[in-house]
Amino acid sequence: MSAAAGALPELASVYWRPRMTPERLRRRERLWTLTTLAHVVPFVLVAIVMVLLSPLAVPVSLAALAHAWLIPELYARRGATVTRSLTPAADGPERVSLGLLGDLVDHDARALHARTGLVPEPGRLGTWLVGEAGALLVHGRTVSCWCVRATDPEGARLPSGDRVAHLLLALRSDEEGFATVANLAFSGARWRVRRRLPKRQRAALDAVA
Amino acid sequence: MSRLIRMDGSGHTTLAEWTADDAASVEAAVAAFREELDQGSIAMVTRGPGQAEHVRELPLDEPLVIMRRPIAGG
Repeated sequence: MSAAAGALPELASVYWRPRMTPERLRRRERLWTLTTLAHVVPFVLVAIVMVLLSPLAVPVSLAALAHAWLIPELYARRGATVTRSLTPAADGPERVSLGLLGDLVDHDARALHARTGLVPEPGRLGTWLVGEAGALLVHGRTVSCWCVRATDPEGARLPSGDRVAHLLLALRSDEEGFATVANLAFSGARWRVRRRLPKRQRAALDAVA
Repeated sequence: MSRLIRMDGSGHTTLAEWTADDAASVEAAVAAFREELDQGSIAMVTRGPGQAEHVRELPLDEPLVIMRRPIAGG
């Protein structure tokens, strides 16, 4: 995928952001891991210390452990929402848009989209799963959740196939620019994101893992 | 026959069709293309599997040119 010569025009609207690169992405993934640890470790330590101090403090320890579990889960839940389906348009436009999207991808991607609502797209940064209002980027055991969407034309809501096609075309023309324009909602372990996805979308994550 | 389409609320709308040897159809397609650009659309052509390119002029030899809206972080 191309770099500066074919850069996304939308980059002008986020001129202050450094262009995403594989190295920058890995740094941001590590930062998310550290953030998760910063939330989990103190609560786990509190849980251990409280039990050591007094067995009567077991309920407090359990509450601390629950916090250690819940906070990363809430982050992951927020990340997983990027693949949510939006309100569909009328049947006619939906069919037309899915026809166009089908022309842009191969048979396997079409089949996966039909089952999960996500289109797989291999890239330099990892394998993408593109949805209507965002995308997942799978890299090894890490999944990054990107919130990004097509801006609706005035007075018209785009059908689902067009929403995906917008993101797919932008991604294909400038992958790193796409990751620069999109907002990173969460990055973390694949298993953690998978748990928070709707059941039908888990198959998409399994397919590209 | 080449086509210029716009993804919109109807799925997509064909804005123009042209053949390179028909000057009138080319002229109409170029006008439609520029009008879309003026309204903030972005023109894309596909370049084989996994490849697409943003174009600023109407590529007359392409079978399909797709106009899309800008994307933005949510």
